[in-house]
Amino acid sequence: MMLVTYLPRMLPLVFLSKLNIPPLLLCWLKYIPVAVLASLLAPELLISNNSLNISFNNALLLAAIPSFIVAFKTKNLFYTVFTGMGAVIILAKIIG
Amino acid sequence: MIRKKYWQQGIKAALPVILGYIPVGLAFGVLAVQGGLTVHEVFLMSLMVYAGSAQFIAVGLLGAGASFGTIVITTFLVNARHILMSASLAVHLKKYANKLLVVIGFGITDETYAVAISDFVKETREPEYLLGLNLASQSVWIASTVLGAAVGNIIPNPRVWGLDFALPGMFIGLLVIQMKERLSLLIALIAFMLSLAIKIIVPGHWNVVVASISTATIGVIIEKCIAKSYQSSSV
Repeated sequence: MMLVTYLPRMLPLVFLSKLNIPPLLLCWLKYIPVAVLASLLAPELLISNNSLNISFNNALLLAAIPSFIVAFKTKNLFYTVFTGMGAVIILAKIIG
Repeated sequence: MIRKKYWQQGIKAALPVILGYIPVGLAFGVLAVQGGLTVHEVFLMSLMVYAGSAQFIAVGLLGAGASFGTIVITTFLVNARHILMSASLAVHLKKYANKLLVVIGFGITDETYAVAISDFVKETREPEYLLGLNLASQSVWIASTVLGAAVGNIIPNPRVWGLDFALPGMFIGLLVIQMKERLSLLIALIAFMLSLAIKIIVPGHWNVVVASISTATIGVIIEKCIAKSYQSSSV
């Protein structure tokens, strides 16, 4: 288990950092961070217990709204996280 | 002395990761013990395997009596997404020595990658920054999984503390901070929808890999098309 978790994260780091990466691949890799972040986020917000949850019972989805607004306004990671956490605390009291 | 500052930068950057790891780690510890692992085994797993979702799945598979091969292959498939993350981070680490990279590579998770790549896109960081980020994150991961395993189910509901929003909140913040290219918002929307659709249709953990590869490819194609039409219109 250790090898199969370690090698995928170590090998590209060691080898790709030593290669001269062609411009087209660089251009492609440039889009990876945003694509990965959005891909990680989507199921966190919208999937609970293996099914899609778009409703007012989904506290995480609702909390994402003020969190996104603060993120766009402030571009500050901590304000964004704490706004969302605060929203979840309040929503937990309302919808349980 | 100046090196100490870089360590501190890394540890500070780990804060949102830590907030998110505490409830998930506690939950893993509790589940792992219920699944038959000892506290000692939980410690070793978090130390050596260090992979959130893969650890949860492995405990599930162990409980179901899966074979060694099944667990190893499943773990690899679940963690294959880190190939992409490692590759995208590698571009920024050209000056790092190999002996540093083999250590830093061990600490790459979804969360530490998200933090690190957002900072590296802004400016180059010292190795100590990454070491501090990784060390702080993994220490808290190990500590919370072991605590969950040792103390068991006395942990309060993370929702009461808002902690279950720590990781999604971090992804939101980092995503918005990253949106600098003119295509970023479009890319983010496509990846978001694709990831969600794949997650719903295909069971398992393919969503991040497939959605990211497809979306980055779409991004390159759109960019080349815009560049071409710009060239032809300006001639």
